[in-house]
Amino acid sequence: MAGQLEGKVAFITGAARGQGRSHAIRLAQEGADIIAVDICKQIETVGYQMSTPDDLAETVKQVEALDRRIHAVEADVRDRDALQAAFEAGVAELGRVDIVLANAGIAPLSLNPVPEEWQDVLDVNLTGVYNTVEVTKQALIDGGRGGAIVITSSTAGLNGIGGNTPGGLGYTAAKHGVVGLMRSYANQLAEHSIRVNTVHPTGVDTPMVVNDVMQEFLEADPQMGQAMANALPVPMIDAVDISNAILYLVSDAGRYVTGVTLPVDAGFTNKK
Amino acid sequence: MAGRVEGKVAFITGGARGQGRSHAVRLAEEGADIIAVDLCDEIPNVAYSSATEDDLAETVRQVEALDRRIIARKADVRDRDSMKAVIDEGVAELGKLDIVVANAGICVIAGWDETSVDVWDQTISTNLTGVWNTVQLTAPHLIAAGGGSMILTSSAAGLKGLPFLTAYVAAKHGVVGLMRAFATELAEHSIRVNTLHPTGVNTPMADPRTMEKFGPLLEAHPKLGPMMTNLLPIESTEPRDQSNAVLFLASDEARYVTSMEFTVDAGNTQY
Repeated sequence: MAGQLEGKVAFITGAARGQGRSHAIRLAQEGADIIAVDICKQIETVGYQMSTPDDLAETVKQVEALDRRIHAVEADVRDRDALQAAFEAGVAELGRVDIVLANAGIAPLSLNPVPEEWQDVLDVNLTGVYNTVEVTKQALIDGGRGGAIVITSSTAGLNGIGGNTPGGLGYTAAKHGVVGLMRSYANQLAEHSIRVNTVHPTGVDTPMVVNDVMQEFLEADPQMGQAMANALPVPMIDAVDISNAILYLVSDAGRYVTGVTLPVDAGFTNKK
Repeated sequence: MAGRVEGKVAFITGGARGQGRSHAVRLAEEGADIIAVDLCDEIPNVAYSSATEDDLAETVRQVEALDRRIIARKADVRDRDSMKAVIDEGVAELGKLDIVVANAGICVIAGWDETSVDVWDQTISTNLTGVWNTVQLTAPHLIAAGGGSMILTSSAAGLKGLPFLTAYVAAKHGVVGLMRAFATELAEHSIRVNTLHPTGVNTPMADPRTMEKFGPLLEAHPKLGPMMTNLLPIESTEPRDQSNAVLFLASDEARYVTSMEFTVDAGNTQY
């Protein structure tokens, strides 16, 4: 049976590990070739270990094991020129682009906050998404086949959670901000049959969430831990759960779905 | 390859034709057995033809052609006793229930001042109370199965006040409230509840006799016409577009998606 994305090419930011790697693999399983970027470096205000070149190499290995092509580049979503160059090199190699996943993000949450967290999280999680759509949208339009953009927001993009630190407030502000970006782009790109949607995960079992710094941060405030509980009896969900939602949104099954904020949140938002 | 809802059983209201039949066929293609009900009788006040027993028989034929089992019965979603009888019979026959699609609905187009008490009552009782009946009567079976997925068909008119549909708009908004409330109470049983919000769909409900009712009303109130606009360059979606969303929500791919308003509306509610 032909895959749901046979012959398509997807550009994915933050693809070295976690949700981004899961998206690359899930889309490749359905026939897509992948252009993957990731910073593969530490950002100083981020307390947990960020991705490495080895992580990105592992994504390459897993996509190639599915007999799909992948063009992987180390690039920072904050650097518009570098992102543009990475994207263009990928399209040159793989021939086209149909799908854009603005997935890269950081969560600088800690018990020892510093003021710089605010700007860093806005730069990556909001301006980085803006940069991602800006460098890719003309190629989607020029392709003349329509396309699908999915921006990764969060339950913190729909609810005022995240805590009272510069990084926590910035995270919530940025994740709300991408909903506004999504709605504007959905309106502007509809005439080209390009669809734009957001996904809103609850806690996902990835290195950004499952690490000592985040655990310490959540345990320090039991009330917040309580407030973060899901409605469905599941403490944390898997990256592939987000990938499956994205697969639906970017496949032809979702051809008339645009402007949607799709929670994959085990009922978290409904509880608020 | 195993289907995406292999081995599951789905209960679908309004299954004789249109979106309901499309859902039955799409879920059966992916391995589900089906329990289908439909009124199959003349509906007063609507401009379009009502579904018939022949329509329901055609749904049975199409599901059976996919080598899936189907129990199809004539039943009115407003009649709790007959609904309960079909649900119990279907579950006894097919072994369990995992998926519920509350799809049955009617649509009468009229200006606010020309909406009769009859139209109000029949629209609320079918499109809102009928959904409550469907969810409340099936939930025990999903609990017994250890979880499941319910999809309640609302509309773009369940999220915005589309004109000349007062009763329909009220009922379809009400379905969103039902969805949220049931999502809250049923989550502990791993039952997910979501609404589907189509824009126009190419079905018998949207035949020219229905749509021409909008003509004079929109001419008299031209400012309201743009509310009908889809952002994507299409006039109408196909039933299968709605079914693909139902399939996603029904499948384990969406196992942590609940309490969501799922628009398959070509951007209509964003305009």
